[in-house]
Amino acid sequence: MEPTDVRNPDYYHRVVDCQWACPAHTDVPEYIRLIAMGRFTEAYLVNRDSNVFPGILGRVCDRPCEPACRRGRVEAEPVAICRLKRVAADHRDAVEHLLPQAPPEKNGKRIACIGAGPASLTVANDLMPLGYQVTIFEKWGQAGGLMRTNIPSFRLPAGVLDDEIRYIIDMGVDLKLGTPVNSLDALLKSGEFDAVFIGSGAPKGKDLKIPGRDGTDRIHIGIDWLESVAFDHIKTIGARVLIIGVGNTAMDCCRSSLRMGANSVKVMARKPRGFFKASEWELDDAEEENVEIVVNHAPKAFVTQGGKLTGMLFEEMEYDLVEGRITGERVKGEVVISCDDVILAIGQENAFPWIERDLRIEFDKWNVPKVDPVTHQSTLPQVFFGGDAAFGPKNIIWAVEHGHQAAISIHQYCQGLPVAERPPPMVTLSSRKMGIHEWSYKNDYNPVERRLMPHVSLKERFKKLNIEVELGFTPEQAEAEVQRCLNCDVQTVFDAKLCIECDACIDICPVDCLTMTPNGTEEELRPRLKAPATNKNQPLYVSAALNMTGRVMVKDEDLCVHCGLCAERCPTAAWDMQKSTINIPHASDGKNPWSKPQRKTA
Amino acid sequence: MSFMTKPKVAHPSLPRNELGLTRRDYEGGMSTLCAGCGHDSITAALIEAVWSLSLRPQDIVKLSGIGCSSKTTAYFASGAHGFNGVHGRMPSIATGAIAANRDLHYVGISGDGDSLSIGFGQFAHAIRRNINMLYVCENNGVYGLTKGQFSASADIGTKAKKGEVNQQPPIDPALAALSLGCTFIARSFSGDKEQLVPLLQAALSHPGFAMVDVLSPCVTFNDHEGSTKSYQFVRDHYDELVHTDFVPLRSEIKVDYAPGEALPVTLHDGSHVVLRKLDPSYDPTDRGKAFEYIRTKQAQGEYLTGLIYIDEQSPDFHEVQGSVATPMNRLPYEKLSPGNAGLQKILQRYR
Repeated sequence: MEPTDVRNPDYYHRVVDCQWACPAHTDVPEYIRLIAMGRFTEAYLVNRDSNVFPGILGRVCDRPCEPACRRGRVEAEPVAICRLKRVAADHRDAVEHLLPQAPPEKNGKRIACIGAGPASLTVANDLMPLGYQVTIFEKWGQAGGLMRTNIPSFRLPAGVLDDEIRYIIDMGVDLKLGTPVNSLDALLKSGEFDAVFIGSGAPKGKDLKIPGRDGTDRIHIGIDWLESVAFDHIKTIGARVLIIGVGNTAMDCCRSSLRMGANSVKVMARKPRGFFKASEWELDDAEEENVEIVVNHAPKAFVTQGGKLTGMLFEEMEYDLVEGRITGERVKGEVVISCDDVILAIGQENAFPWIERDLRIEFDKWNVPKVDPVTHQSTLPQVFFGGDAAFGPKNIIWAVEHGHQAAISIHQYCQGLPVAERPPPMVTLSSRKMGIHEWSYKNDYNPVERRLMPHVSLKERFKKLNIEVELGFTPEQAEAEVQRCLNCDVQTVFDAKLCIECDACIDICPVDCLTMTPNGTEEELRPRLKAPATNKNQPLYVSAALNMTGRVMVKDEDLCVHCGLCAERCPTAAWDMQKSTINIPHASDGKNPWSKPQRKTA
Repeated sequence: MSFMTKPKVAHPSLPRNELGLTRRDYEGGMSTLCAGCGHDSITAALIEAVWSLSLRPQDIVKLSGIGCSSKTTAYFASGAHGFNGVHGRMPSIATGAIAANRDLHYVGISGDGDSLSIGFGQFAHAIRRNINMLYVCENNGVYGLTKGQFSASADIGTKAKKGEVNQQPPIDPALAALSLGCTFIARSFSGDKEQLVPLLQAALSHPGFAMVDVLSPCVTFNDHEGSTKSYQFVRDHYDELVHTDFVPLRSEIKVDYAPGEALPVTLHDGSHVVLRKLDPSYDPTDRGKAFEYIRTKQAQGEYLTGLIYIDEQSPDFHEVQGSVATPMNRLPYEKLSPGNAGLQKILQRYR
């Protein structure tokens, strides 16, 4: 193999699994270390820099970081990254004075954002400090988008949402509530805006057109029903509720039903467990509340009697599974399950009835706009898409990242620069060596197990809709959990010129991730390392040829616990522990090209 | 050395031996030797060897004297027995222990100072008695613990860190062992585990005194230019003579060798070593020729490594002495103690 090019910022970024997996590339190890030091406000700000909504995401993020976490490969459970984010948010001091400010002098460019969800709010967050004037149009009376309408308040309290939206709006965003955009053509023709960002979400829940669908008002579309609950439009539901679908929306529907008066809630799944779309922890939380998840039931018809919904007819399914894949299916029989209400949570799609089709915004055959996956620009140069509106339903953290990327594009576009020319990510490395065996990070491996989130008791939590179920980590829990982080951003940096091939690093490495061996191809090297490198998703580091024998130092990044013992044992400091800071560019890092040059004072 | 201990966390796919133990189960305390010390690599090789032979830690006896080398015993097989003796006197302790219990595996760790200076007499007599043990000489050519004076194995012309040049001729432990009748003599290098581990495995299976001289650079006092025991010098001047493949008990010899190239030797316990001669004229069972060969190479400034000499026929200490097969701690008291009548009988012989 060629020597690894560690100057490529992606190399060390990939080693920080959590940050690499996070769509917005939150610097997770850095904020966990800050929490460990009790510096909650700084931890919050490190978060906010990339994910904008730490308090919200610390509760309801889809947490792609956690399945990626190296700790989950070294032992069973990943670090509770999401919960620690909430620790930072819960314990922060006032941060308003530390947040980016919009300059009093504006740059003259005006941007319209459609929908006040996480994507639009991120665009505003990134562009306001550069002097843009941002207007957000929102059809509902409150900002937040799906975070407000679809996530129940027992998971995300309104106060948390309000605070973090306020930080952005208070920069001087013109937030027009209760103002739906009914015609994009009219908006563009008004000539008021230099660019338009569409972050209107995927507001159309899928219906289930099977016999019996019409003629009853007790069949609800999941996201619409959650919206009505959020805005107090409905206050009750029947005693027996069936939820169709097992995604995260279904989990919110079943748990909300329990708080609206239902006492028997069944989530009906077409396929076996393992094929569910809901996150594991959301399934756990629902089952803790005695929601029954019924597998292998495919909906066939709604059963009504005299216009009244009495139940649903299901086909009982049987599947042939080979290595986790369905290779065959058959119907075993039919069953009617009685109920008072049905909530359909089988997916959602974006819908743009308010975008005229003659605006040169091209749509594909599924009626989805054609959007560049990097720049978020549509085929009409001044119109950008982000969040669920761009590529269909994803999640909040993706919407935030879309907002960041769209903001970079809008900033380029407004300066007359090509939107495809984007500031590159950068990496800086700085040694963590303090003394002969001292590092400025806690390098010892702490074998403590993952802490469990304490919940409000089952007795208490159903009394009101908005009792937040998760209590947040206690100080003792947070103190233990932060020590589980392996500091993957403190990189093992190797200098082949200094190595005397004494084997000290190889002998001391607790997880056998180092080998000195004659070079070869990757396929050939992987199996003959000290511990065979079987996880192909993890890169191998290969050094330049070593001085004495011409062998190479190979490091399998997969299970390195970043304990620094290789560097402690190295007599020539060929290994060093260096903190990598991945600089992910945002529009707000750029300069305001329209601001007048500052006059130098004596 | 390091301040923190090696974390217990391990690679999940770590292989297990016949006892179900991993290599990590044979580790010991955290080394306090200098970072990069060759001795730590030898420790790792010892761990690998005792693990792969599936020795029960409680069946291992670790013995040492004084010196950097003698600290090694603390760093592996923490479940084993151990005795840290007086400087150079480890062979006496070993002889006593071996006489008392022949069922255990004895691992003596010494250094060039401990073996070739203060303990040279002890070293010689342990060889002479052919006691059944692995004797590792961690050879770095300096007294590390006392700040790097030349030891008895320092070569003529080698430079100390501050510049003095050694004038005294060295004692070569392999040559000394050959002349004293040692039945297993090997030399290796701490930086070459592929060679060292099979040698240690074979030495542990050899019924008699197995001396393994391991060149083990001292990073602090003897790893500079002008030293003949630095990592660089040893790598440039070491010459593998006989490569050893260890074939454990109950395993077949699977490797194919051209005739005349390889020599399989059956060890006492039924396992094998296959010696691959890199110079076809060499005969590792001919003591006289081995002596001559080392002398020639030494004159050329080369370190001859590999299994230099093996003799599986000579009787070991137990056979010569007719010592009791049952470990003494398992003998009934009546057998161990002759009683007053018995004592009188013995004394009568001297009257």
